[in-house]
Amino acid sequence: MELCGATRLGYFGRSQFYIALKLVAVAQSGFPLRVESINTVKDLPLPRFVASKNEQESRHAASYSSDSENQGSYSGVIPPPPGRGQVKKGSTSHDTGQPRTSADQQEPVSPVVSPQQSPPTSPHTWRKHSRHPSGGNSERPLAGPGPFWSPFGEAQSGSSAGDAVWSGHSPPPPQENWVSFADTPPTSTLLTMHPASVQDQTTVRTVASATTANEIRRQSSSYDDPWKITDEQRQYYVNQFKTIQPDLNGFIPGSAAKEFFTKSKLPILELSHIWELSDFDKDGALTLDEFCAAFHLVVARKNGYDLPEKLPESLMPKLIDLEDSADVGDQPGEVGYSGSPAEAPPSKSPSMPSLNQTWPELNQSSEQWETFSERSSSSQTLTQFDSNIAPADPDTAIVHPVPIRMTPSKIHMQEMELKRTGSDHTNPTSPLLVKTSDLSEENKINSSVKFASGNTVDGYSSSDSFTSDPEQIGNNVAHQRSHSGMSPDNTAPPPPPPRPQPSHSRSSSLDMNRTFSVTTGQQQAGVVAQPPAVPPRPQPSQAAGPVVHRPVDADGLITHTSTSPQQIPEQPNFADFSQFEVFAASNVNEEQDDEAEKHPEVLPVEKASDPASSLRVAKTDSKIEEKTAASAPANVSKGTTPLAPPPKPVRRRLKSEDELRPEVDEHTQKTGVLAAVLASQPSIPRSVGKDKKAIQASIRRNKETNTVLARLNSELQQQLKDVLEERISLEVQLEQLRPFSHL
Amino acid sequence: MGWILVTSAAVILFLQNYPLYIRSVPTENELKFHYMVHTSLDVVDEKISAMGKALVDQRELYLGLLYPTEDYKVYGYVTNSKVKFVMVVDSSNTALRDNEIRSMFRKLHNSYTDVMCNPFYTPGDRIQSRAFDGMVTSMMIQVC
Repeated sequence: MELCGATRLGYFGRSQFYIALKLVAVAQSGFPLRVESINTVKDLPLPRFVASKNEQESRHAASYSSDSENQGSYSGVIPPPPGRGQVKKGSTSHDTGQPRTSADQQEPVSPVVSPQQSPPTSPHTWRKHSRHPSGGNSERPLAGPGPFWSPFGEAQSGSSAGDAVWSGHSPPPPQENWVSFADTPPTSTLLTMHPASVQDQTTVRTVASATTANEIRRQSSSYDDPWKITDEQRQYYVNQFKTIQPDLNGFIPGSAAKEFFTKSKLPILELSHIWELSDFDKDGALTLDEFCAAFHLVVARKNGYDLPEKLPESLMPKLIDLEDSADVGDQPGEVGYSGSPAEAPPSKSPSMPSLNQTWPELNQSSEQWETFSERSSSSQTLTQFDSNIAPADPDTAIVHPVPIRMTPSKIHMQEMELKRTGSDHTNPTSPLLVKTSDLSEENKINSSVKFASGNTVDGYSSSDSFTSDPEQIGNNVAHQRSHSGMSPDNTAPPPPPPRPQPSHSRSSSLDMNRTFSVTTGQQQAGVVAQPPAVPPRPQPSQAAGPVVHRPVDADGLITHTSTSPQQIPEQPNFADFSQFEVFAASNVNEEQDDEAEKHPEVLPVEKASDPASSLRVAKTDSKIEEKTAASAPANVSKGTTPLAPPPKPVRRRLKSEDELRPEVDEHTQKTGVLAAVLASQPSIPRSVGKDKKAIQASIRRNKETNTVLARLNSELQQQLKDVLEERISLEVQLEQLRPFSHL
Repeated sequence: MGWILVTSAAVILFLQNYPLYIRSVPTENELKFHYMVHTSLDVVDEKISAMGKALVDQRELYLGLLYPTEDYKVYGYVTNSKVKFVMVVDSSNTALRDNEIRSMFRKLHNSYTDVMCNPFYTPGDRIQSRAFDGMVTSMMIQVC
């Protein structure tokens, strides 16, 4: 399993299949299980499989070059009870001759067939397996003489292989293990079965792993993941969890878990390793997900699977976003591998490596977002992260996204509403805000971000420190959360923070207040209109930004960002303008005059020299890019540039209406303005609420954007680190060479 | 009271002055490193007693350069539970800055905490955690 998984991806693709089957054949032939053995032993006899109850499967299997047959037979073998299997053997033996000649086209069919079979039969296998111990032993001798449909010689190994297959059946289904796990006698029976089997451990393991893999694969036909927990398994785990901890949302303390898993009779060292893998948040206690993962690992280990060096992605507690999806890419290559040193701490620093390695899938990230709040509360790493986020956060990245918090859908909603009602632009925002406010972490981050943005003039330095923080924190999830949290926070900041932020030296709220107070009624109207306009803008840019950024690697990001924001902002401008006017008319009495004023203030700052929106965008981009010269903040610029330009046009328009304001630092002001605007948005009463679905969609999009940006950020940070290391090494070399220069 | 020795070369984690974890990169000098670490334990104890009050502050945990010799430098770090981390680095290793040493100790401490969280690990055992090993390896590779 590991070999074939190790040779390729972590899941059982077709090629892995073949390799696995070949390994089985090798094992059955009595050769040591090595990857090389596959190649060296050219004339591997076709692996022998116990007759499957499904003739069709066997036929299909036979059609394979060699390995696929095993798969089919495996799948067929597992479900049928031993007795049935024997009968099949006789029948399959006949089929062997014929299927072999069949084309490989059947090959794809058999995997499909097997999945269909496995699920319904799996429950039966449970019971059968529980009886299997007794039946298995008797079956083995029968299996030996059983008519294996491999006419290839090596009857001895064949019989042993048959035993192996049989014994493989008993374990495969972790189901049997489950049953046996709880009760000692079945466990001991299982254990006895293993020793009873003639074949060497590797054979059993191969068979078990292959069967398990087959089974698992069947269960997840569309998702090849050998570590995936089946539904029955999951249910079993949950039940076991309940016996220890009635509250499914609670924790199992370490001592209780230790006792429980000690019952599995695995060596303490392995249990310790399993614990390391499964205790994701390193809190010394197991949540339900962690417990299921640990249980699954124990089961797998008992079946002969070797423990992975890194927690497989499917076993990741779903509560952690990013890490889950982040490991998607890792897991295929990780299973069976000894993780690279950087990845060695599986749970401690999953976020960092995962961020750098894989890109969390948007879907997963969106799911994770929803569960994120739960996770955050339980994860200690998150708390660490927050402390780092507040000061560090690439303010530029955060700042700019802040205004753009509004997701595209939300912005659209707002736009639509604006057009309709002309005064309800914040309605979509408020529901969104409400939703986002559920994410306590985000709120915290948001507030911290706002503070940071207000207080931090040089976002780059903080971003630099931020890059070093991740190492310490070792929690990419937190980082991503911060990123994503920041951006969503911007769009839907908890109403309180933006406003009352006295600590902000240049807080948006303060500025906004100033600006608002100064502005005239007309300006106020314009200003008021501005806040609503801001959201729509970021949305298009945001939407476009991530799309643009995703396919681009870090190097091309800047160029892309420079181009994309320019294009993006222009579009929303058109829409925004009309809305601004509408808003302006409707929001005359808005109390966010101050905030609105701030926008014009920001606008002048940013676009002082560029009347044209496109020019502004370009200027903004250039400014942003200049400021984000550091590689670490590069991603920030990416995030910011798309975001910044959109708000700029909006602000600009308002600015034209408002009096000019003294220039302030772009980023900080922008941040402040945006924050203030966003803050003001929720406070602005909105009569029409947007459909939750749209909001959720916008949230999802935002999250996707966040994850994309966060990933980019991490990549850039990694590059920065590499560059710094190179620089240091070069300096060292220079010093070494210096003495020679004197000669 | 364990101690960890890390050298450009070795990491030794000590508990009550007997090693919990030893790791060195150029293994040929391992004995020499062991000797150096044992001698440095005296310095560590001296610093601990000199502190007087409880070691709560992170900065206090980091003992800094215990003593340099012509070949190497020894850094110390002690945890709240009196577990000592000793790191021996090659002097030819152009200056690991103090911050780097601190960060390395911090990582060690974090990893050690993770190991302790494992209910299957009893304090006093040699540390056999793969995650811990991996982390130390990565650190040492980074240093060398």
